[in-house]
Amino acid sequence: MSDKIKVARRHTNRSEVLIFEKSSPGKRAFELPPLDVPAVNAGEALGEFRRAEGVEGFPEVSEIEVIRHFTRLSTWNYAIDLGMYPLGSCTMKYNPRVNEFVARLAGIATEHPYQPQELSQGCLKILRQLEKCLLEITGMDAITLQPAAGAQGELTGLLLIRAYHQRNGNPRKKVLIPDSAHGTNPATAVIAGYEVENIKSNADGQVDIAKLREQVTGDVAALMLTNPSTLGIFEQQIPEIAEILHAKGALLYMDGANMNALAGITRPGELGVDVMHLNLHKTFSTPHGGGGPGAGPVAVRKILEPFLPVPVLVEKEGGRLALDCNRKESVGRVRAFVGNFGVLVRALAYILAYGPGVRQATEDAVLNANYIRKHLEGAFDLPYTRPSMHEVVFSDAIQKRNGVNTMDIAKRLIDYGFHPYTTAFPLIVSGALMIEPTESESKEECDYFIEAMKAIAEEAEKNPELVKTAPHTTRVRRLDEVAAARKPVLRWKPSDKRSEAAD
Amino acid sequence: MGYPTQYRYTKDHEWIETKGDTATIGITDYAQHELGDVVFVELPAAGARLETGKTFSSVESVKAVSEIYAPASGQVVEANAVLQNKPETINSDPHGGGWLVKVKLANPAEVNSLMDAAAYEAYIEEKKKEASA
Amino acid sequence: MRYLPKSPAERQEMLAALGAKSIEELFSSIPEAYRLKKPLNLPGPYSEAEVVKYFEERATENSSGYTSLLGAGVYSHLRSVVTDAILQRGEFLTSYTPYQAEISQGTLQAIFEFQTLMCQLTGQEVANASMYDGSTATTEAVLMAERMTGRRRVLAARSLHPEYRDVLRTYAKNSGLRVEEISYTPSGALDEKGLKAALREDVCAVVVQSPNFFGSIEGLGALAELAHASGALLVVAVTEALSLGVMRPPVEADIVAMEGQSFGLAPSYGGPYVGVIASKEKFVRQMPGRLAGQTHDLEGRRGFVLTLATREQHIRREKATSNICTNQALCALAATVHLSLLGKEGIREMAEQNVAKARFALSLLEKIPGVKRSFTAPFFNEFAVELPRSVKIVNAELLKSKIIGPYVLGAAYPELTKHALVCVTETTSRAEIERFAGALKAALESPF
Repeated sequence: MSDKIKVARRHTNRSEVLIFEKSSPGKRAFELPPLDVPAVNAGEALGEFRRAEGVEGFPEVSEIEVIRHFTRLSTWNYAIDLGMYPLGSCTMKYNPRVNEFVARLAGIATEHPYQPQELSQGCLKILRQLEKCLLEITGMDAITLQPAAGAQGELTGLLLIRAYHQRNGNPRKKVLIPDSAHGTNPATAVIAGYEVENIKSNADGQVDIAKLREQVTGDVAALMLTNPSTLGIFEQQIPEIAEILHAKGALLYMDGANMNALAGITRPGELGVDVMHLNLHKTFSTPHGGGGPGAGPVAVRKILEPFLPVPVLVEKEGGRLALDCNRKESVGRVRAFVGNFGVLVRALAYILAYGPGVRQATEDAVLNANYIRKHLEGAFDLPYTRPSMHEVVFSDAIQKRNGVNTMDIAKRLIDYGFHPYTTAFPLIVSGALMIEPTESESKEECDYFIEAMKAIAEEAEKNPELVKTAPHTTRVRRLDEVAAARKPVLRWKPSDKRSEAAD
Repeated sequence: MGYPTQYRYTKDHEWIETKGDTATIGITDYAQHELGDVVFVELPAAGARLETGKTFSSVESVKAVSEIYAPASGQVVEANAVLQNKPETINSDPHGGGWLVKVKLANPAEVNSLMDAAAYEAYIEEKKKEASA
Repeated sequence: MRYLPKSPAERQEMLAALGAKSIEELFSSIPEAYRLKKPLNLPGPYSEAEVVKYFEERATENSSGYTSLLGAGVYSHLRSVVTDAILQRGEFLTSYTPYQAEISQGTLQAIFEFQTLMCQLTGQEVANASMYDGSTATTEAVLMAERMTGRRRVLAARSLHPEYRDVLRTYAKNSGLRVEEISYTPSGALDEKGLKAALREDVCAVVVQSPNFFGSIEGLGALAELAHASGALLVVAVTEALSLGVMRPPVEADIVAMEGQSFGLAPSYGGPYVGVIASKEKFVRQMPGRLAGQTHDLEGRRGFVLTLATREQHIRREKATSNICTNQALCALAATVHLSLLGKEGIREMAEQNVAKARFALSLLEKIPGVKRSFTAPFFNEFAVELPRSVKIVNAELLKSKIIGPYVLGAAYPELTKHALVCVTETTSRAEIERFAGALKAALESPF
């Protein structure tokens, strides 16, 4: 090969500088219609508040450069549209495109939250329909669609619990959280003003009933339970758990992140759950978009209804819908406006597409997870042998004997064209591999995944170095996270030297 | 790396070197190895009080945070300023340049109940056995 | 079902591989009594066309065809179709949080660019990868100030967006923070005397919005001095981010909490939007939210990773700086693309058009007998006017002309009944402004 090719800079898909590094004074990507009113001297109008010069360092590029820049960036991402994400607890399912279409309709995307309610009946009907569907799915009595994400839903749920206890004379001090819980649970409990008390899981990875009996005192406000647990196992004793809590006046909060195992099969409201949140960006297919937006509606039993955040959607005479802010016992607002409406639209579109058939999605999700479990048992250590629902948790115990851990296996999986599974969570399993295929994966995709994982298990035995130094095929190799944390560089500056990274 | 014989050690892998009623405190080689590359250290200011068994500092790696517990009570005289720009000193020199704080001890005799180097080395041998069991 | 990639035969094959006769067996861990015996009572299943039809029908039941003068925290601005073209790429839309850096460089670089743009706009040193919205960003900024100072009193401007104050109060109640309000002067700006009187050594943050809810611009320098003299931090909330295209950035702020909805995000009946927290580098470890940092790989290539993760919930758990996990990444991407399109010239020009149009509208309104401007401070694209008649009644009249009138200030500010908040952006045409002024005049003159 000619030396010249090695010397010239590589073009697309390999090196793409920052948008700021492509800028040149005078280039524009966007033009406005001409001003149709008399121009005003901004300096005179704003006086001392005027920005003296343009925003320093702001991009100056053309439209085609913007398109190329971001298109190139996008090609460096893995995505559901490309293949499976076996990420446990994330429910990375297909994001239906019709959801994107309807969310962008004129008359849907264009509405202002403060416009008159009589001119917003379309929006309010969407909200009401979604409320009814989610209540039907969860078996609960009332719901708020306000929280912006699961974590905010958890906070809302805890605020409701606090308000309930406060009304009964004592807000109580503690929230019990299983050691297998997602990190948002304890973080949220603290923000809600509660102390966190951990409750250890039993040998089956379930809530230890005996310990629960001991730990539930008059000081405990609630237990935050994920069901199925983060091990993908159904909490069989959930009715007893609810009883123990209720007997001491405490409440049962269910983290609904794993609803993908339950929709259409069972209803938390019938299991004794008092309050729960849902992650619409998980079970209800709204896109992850690289990290949000999501939505975290909170469904409650009647006893908690008076405390729901405002505004509350109410039906008036003639079927007219309205947003009611006049609720004396409400916990208040957890965010401005009614919620992540665009996300709520997408979730409703998903539910309407399935109808009662949503059960089929749940069945396929559980089928896929069990199929994968069956084929990987033996190759990987299975610490908890109870039946799995929509996700399965293995450990790296077998591979550790050769010095290969779950992170290494995850990175090697990338070389096989998959996104890694969830590593190192839940904390109760040392070296965890948490796998959730969802219903969106075909048998073929599951088989590819199984083959890849088995191949890696074999590599871990016969050629551990190959696994430990993975990934080998990505555009960038292992990035120096230590340097990034020691001396964080969190923005570009005009004085930065343009990166001449070797390719 | 050996464990200095003049130091005393805690079950949470802190070491303490006393000289009269002042002492220097740090974390052991075992601890830094478990943590991985240290990226940030949170230290108390001079004058802060330490209470035996309570956390007074935290050491962060990329993926974890470790609370550091006071092996004895006292008052902070000096925090190791080097760690602000070179937290990696804890990895390269945990028993020397990677010290965390110098304190004036409230009760110097407290330290006598801590493990000596031999006991600590035996303790971590046990821990290593447990981990690979 | 079109979203499920399995044929009946494949399901059977997979069940057989599990040694199961039916799918019910896989749910045996759920006690029999709790398994549903009937299908859920849900509408559908709908074909794609029926899904579309459902929402198209809802769209006709909203405000199509109306001209709006509403702002009040949500702004109508031009958006390029290029933004959606990028957002709709599956690699952005359907990708996960970039924890696995090697296969998420697209998202991570875009976040790094977003953080940079936010710093450039606000004049701050670091910015995070997004919060849920401006209201929660403002609250989280206050919680950050509390962590940093250990103090529990908060002085919040009454002219801070009413819903932002509501959110702050909800969070404050549960963290033992006390929130007190500082009022405004006839100019529309914060009452500095009142602030000075209220400041003591127990205040963690002074929270102001600029331009504030009435549209008035605050003199941040003086406010910062007052706050700092007592050891409090100055938190500045920005709800109309476009104002920064033509206004001095809030460099005096210790923490800026901004709503980025103006940058490429449709009003969408309240969300999703994008909040941002921007602050000084020395405070970065106290900041909530994700942060993308620049680094390099083994072979020296520049790359980006999520960094300083030890602040966050998945590591710190109960000691985390916030419980936030999923944020608003795709919305932040929209803002990044939008700002890249607008660029240095475009954002200035767009902002200047807002300045011009708002003043044109004001000049027409001031010519109507009985209508006067409520405040005197400079404004960007929003201003309050006092009407000689109930705003609700006036707005009801305006609706008949298919005009959604200005925000009724009396609802959130009982002392400001008869005042209305008018917002005019580059999207409001001259004809619409003139029509509004004419209809307003008519509404004021018409008999009861």
